[in-house]
Formats: sequence, C-alpha cells, structure tokens
Amino acid sequence: MNTRTNGQVSTDGGRLPRSEPPPSSQKPAVRPRGEGTILVTGACGRLGKQVVRMLHRERTVVGVDRRPFPDKPKDVRHEQVDIRRKKLKDIFRSEPIEAVVHLGIMHNPRVSQAEHHSWNVAGFQKLLEYVAQFDVPKLVVLSSANVYGPQPDNAQFLTEEAPLLGGARFGEIRDLIEVDMLAQSFFWKHPETETVILRPVHILGGVHNAASNFLRLPTIPTLLGFDPMVQVIHETDVVRAIRCALAPGKRGIYNIAGPDPLPLSRAIKILRRPSIPVPYSLGKVVLKRLWSFRLTTFPAPELDHIRYVCMVDDSRARAELGYAPQVSIEDTLKSVDADVR
Amino acid sequence: MAPLARRLIDSATSSVDDWMTSKLGEEFNARLARVPLNLTATGVDPFGMDPQWTKYALASVALLHRHYFRTEVFGAEHVPSSRVLLIANHSGQIPIDAALIGAALFMDVEPPRFMRAMVEKWTQTLPFVSLLFSRVGQVVGVPDNAKHLLKNEEALLVFPEGTRGISKPFSKRYQLVDFGLGFMRLAIETRTPIVPVAVIGGEEQYISLGNFEALAKVLKMPSFPILPQLLLPFGALPLPTRYRIYFGEPMRFGGDPDDDDAVIEEKVYVVKATIQSMLNRGLKARKSIFF
Repeated sequence: MNTRTNGQVSTDGGRLPRSEPPPSSQKPAVRPRGEGTILVTGACGRLGKQVVRMLHRERTVVGVDRRPFPDKPKDVRHEQVDIRRKKLKDIFRSEPIEAVVHLGIMHNPRVSQAEHHSWNVAGFQKLLEYVAQFDVPKLVVLSSANVYGPQPDNAQFLTEEAPLLGGARFGEIRDLIEVDMLAQSFFWKHPETETVILRPVHILGGVHNAASNFLRLPTIPTLLGFDPMVQVIHETDVVRAIRCALAPGKRGIYNIAGPDPLPLSRAIKILRRPSIPVPYSLGKVVLKRLWSFRLTTFPAPELDHIRYVCMVDDSRARAELGYAPQVSIEDTLKSVDADVR
Repeated sequence: MAPLARRLIDSATSSVDDWMTSKLGEEFNARLARVPLNLTATGVDPFGMDPQWTKYALASVALLHRHYFRTEVFGAEHVPSSRVLLIANHSGQIPIDAALIGAALFMDVEPPRFMRAMVEKWTQTLPFVSLLFSRVGQVVGVPDNAKHLLKNEEALLVFPEGTRGISKPFSKRYQLVDFGLGFMRLAIETRTPIVPVAVIGGEEQYISLGNFEALAKVLKMPSFPILPQLLLPFGALPLPTRYRIYFGEPMRFGGDPDDDDAVIEEKVYVVKATIQSMLNRGLKARKSIFF
C-alpha cells in the first residue's frame, strides 16, 4: 500500500494549476468542467438509482456498489466493487473523474458495529484518498440532519454551525458523524477539491430508512403528550439538491430541508393512518424488548425523534446552491406508500 | 359512530365559542382576525403554533385577565407594532405573569400583538407541557430562536431574572434579582427596542416561604417553592389578586453585541433600574392587593 506517498503527491499537486493532472489518469479527451464523468457510490441503493437515472441523461456516470445493478440504464458503467477494495483505485485510474457523489453509507442497525465502522469510515477514507490523489475537482457527500440529533434544547432551526450531538444518545449515528467530520477536514485540507456536504432531513419516498419505515407502519405509535415539529423531504428533492451541489464553484456544508415543517400528528393525519399514543417510559421499555427479540427495526434511542425537534435551517442552501424543494408536503408524505407493491 | 362523535365535538366547540364570545365580547373575535400570525402552508407557524389551539389559549388567558385577575394595563401605547423585546420582572411561582402580559398585548394593545415567550428547556422533556407550549407559540429559550423570531418582527417576552425570579420567597417580593445579560446582546445585535414591563400582583398570588432545594434537585426542577396555601381547599388556585401591568417607554441601545460583560452589564443595569422604579411607583399607587 502506498498511502503515504500518494498523500504527498496530492497535497503538493493540489497547489499546481489543474492543467497538470496526475500522470496515471491522463487521457487525451478531458472534458470541460460540468460535463465530465461522475462516480456515484452506493449507486444500487434506492436513492442511488435515482441519482444515477437523473445524472446519466447529461453526464457519463460510473456507478459503484457491491450489489448488482440489474436494471441500470444502458449507458451507465457499473462496477460491482466494495469501496474498501483496491479495485476502486482502478476506476479512478481508468478515466478522469470529475465528481464523486458519495451515497454509499450503510445504516442498517442490525449489522454489527465493526462492519458498519469499517464500511462507512474506512471505506470513505479510501475514497477520500483517491479523490485527493487523482485531483477530483468535486466531492459531494450525503450526510444527514440526524447528525445534529433531537435534543430538548435544540434551536427550532439548526444552522450548519450547530454541534453534531446526534451520537450523544444514539450510538449508531456516530459513524455518520465521523463521515461528516472526515468530509469537513477534507474540505479544509484539500481546497483544490470542491467538497460539498449535504445534510438532508428525513428522506421519504421509495427509500427505506428509519423515518420512512416508521411512516409505513400500519398503525403509527406516537409518544403520549409529545408531538414535535418534523421536516421531511422527498427523494427527488434530495436528488435535485445533489444536482445543485454538482455545479462548478459550489462548496461547503448545506442543510437541505423539504417543504414547510409540520407537527408529527398532522403528518400522520395526511397519511390517513391510525396512530396510538404510548407513554414514553412504556414505549422505551417495549421497544427495547422488541429490539432484543428482533421484532422491530427501530432501536430505542430513535424514540427521541418523535419526542424532540431536530429541524434545520436550509436558508444557506436556498441562497447559495439555488436549491428549492418542489414536492408538496402531501405528495412527500404519501410517497412512502407509492412504492409498496 | 365517527360522524356522531364528530357532530358532538362540533356542537361542543361551537357552544364553547358562543360562551367565549358572550364573556369576552365580539371584540375578542375581531382582534383574533387582526392579529398577525406567520402561518405556513401546513397550517401552523414554523415554531409549531397552531391557530386553533392559540385561539382557546388566548381566550382562557383573556378570561383570567379580564375576570379573575381584573388586570389594569398602563402604557399600552408604548408597545410598537414591529419587533420588540418585552423585559419584565418575573414573579408568582407559576408563569401567570407571562400569560397576562400576553393577554394584555392581545386585548389592550393597538394593533393587537401575539406574544412569544421563551420557555425553559426542561419543559420540553415534559409530556403535554411541551406540546401545549409549542402549539400556543411558546419557544425554547435559546438565542437562535430569539433571533429568528425578532427577524420575523415578533413581540418577544423575556424574563432576565429567569427561574430565580419566579420562585422568590414572599419576603423578597418585588425586589429584582440579578438580570442575565443575554437579552441585551440580543437587542443590540438585532437592533430591537426594549420595552420595560413591570408586573404587580403576581408576588401575592402564591405566598412562598422558601425553596426546598434538595427536593428540587431530586425532581430535576429548577426550584421547589414551599407554599402553605396549597393545603387549603382550592389552595392550588392562585389568589385572585389584582394585576397591574405597566409598559414603559421603548429603550434603544447601540454598541457592540459582543462587548465585555462589564459594558453590557451597565446597559442591563439601566433597564433593571427602570423596571425597579416602575415597580416602586406602581406599588406606591396601589391601594389594595385584591382591588
């Protein structure tokens, strides 16, 4: 492994003008900024597929995922590799990559902590190494607004400067915080790469995550006497935000929110689901028990999400990225049912 | 079954509405229509304030204001129609003073204002309380929320004495304790005028003999006042003292919001002294606690 020397090449090379790419990735036809190849990690996830489908119409897309991509668009190159493997480097070597969109973050609370950490953090570090070594001009990392964490003393709308306290009560989110922090330090260490960190609120749609699975429950449990304001975003709005972030010149950390926030109870009403209020102390005990018997996909600390607010201020993304959500709150919420067939 | 229940609820709410109107007059509804609320497409404001809940909350505090505490309001003309920080003395063990200032802003100030107050963060951990506060427009007391509200030209109430003020024992009544400095930095930063408010009548509604600190700590409450009147029948109700609320002339402060504490303290002292002298004058003018 030649990590050290690679790192050195990239830090020195970073100060040189971009017309001098590393020799290994030199190819005759380097397309102008905004038209080059985009590498998407986690391309076979539900969100990844949407990102690939949006991007491949205008750009060359290389999908990277260890899962297969059976229904991929014909002009998309898919590399079925684990991002921790050396083979990832070959992709960077084979053609100049203009942008990396990193979506390949694992959030499966059932997978062991060690595997999670190795995949999310070690894999991401590898990716960062290659981004630096091959002078990739753009890196977009999909973090999450959950890194701030629901807290009783949260400001109603957290700005990008708010501390990332999500891990205080909920250990499983620490990986994601670490990824976010790694991306932040990369942002400062490698100014030659435009690093964009997106922190979207709860993503709904065909995606399967804690929030969308929660809203898909036939009867939605709520906490008695708690009804926090929540923000949700439709997956296509997240894709839209990623596209905004890919524009040349954009860099920084951006909170991404969907339509106007609403109380959780109103969201459930829009979905026309029955809900059942449970006292917090009871809910916590029951959920812990269910979790230990593998009867639920929700770890007990996630109850805080239906207890306290964790909302973000997206005014920076609106002003600087030119991002604006387009899916209405009704359509965003109802999209959790659309995909279930 | 469901339509029947809905009809019952509808008839109940409409009879409550009629009763409210008879007690508070048509003026209440007229003011409700005029009060500026910052609602979004989801029917609530970004802080979770729901106009339906707010209507009943305002009606209940307006009833207390008019009929139970029979509040007298002085200087209502000093409250501007744009962003404003209301700085008041805190008293009374439970924050009835906040509710009555809110009622005064809604019922007696022209044009009517909807007041926002900052609540303690520990209230957010309490079921129902956190829900109620959020639906009636009260927000968690962190600086970002205050700035956000003032940028939206709202009227924001702050008690710089905090919980130390509300749980004063009877022997220390109407003596201001130390003021926090945060409100002054906020006012300077957001160029918000400060309206000093003196509330008289709150200190006598519950007679506190002291603070049971050890128990407060165990219960994780900011204080645990010792209130002998709770042992009497209906003692949980505050005594029907007559409230008097004085709004002072707006005060404006300039300078650097990040100045040294010592510099900010001087400005805070000006506000504190103003409120204390308003209190002293009000107490001198008061003939009776209950009338």
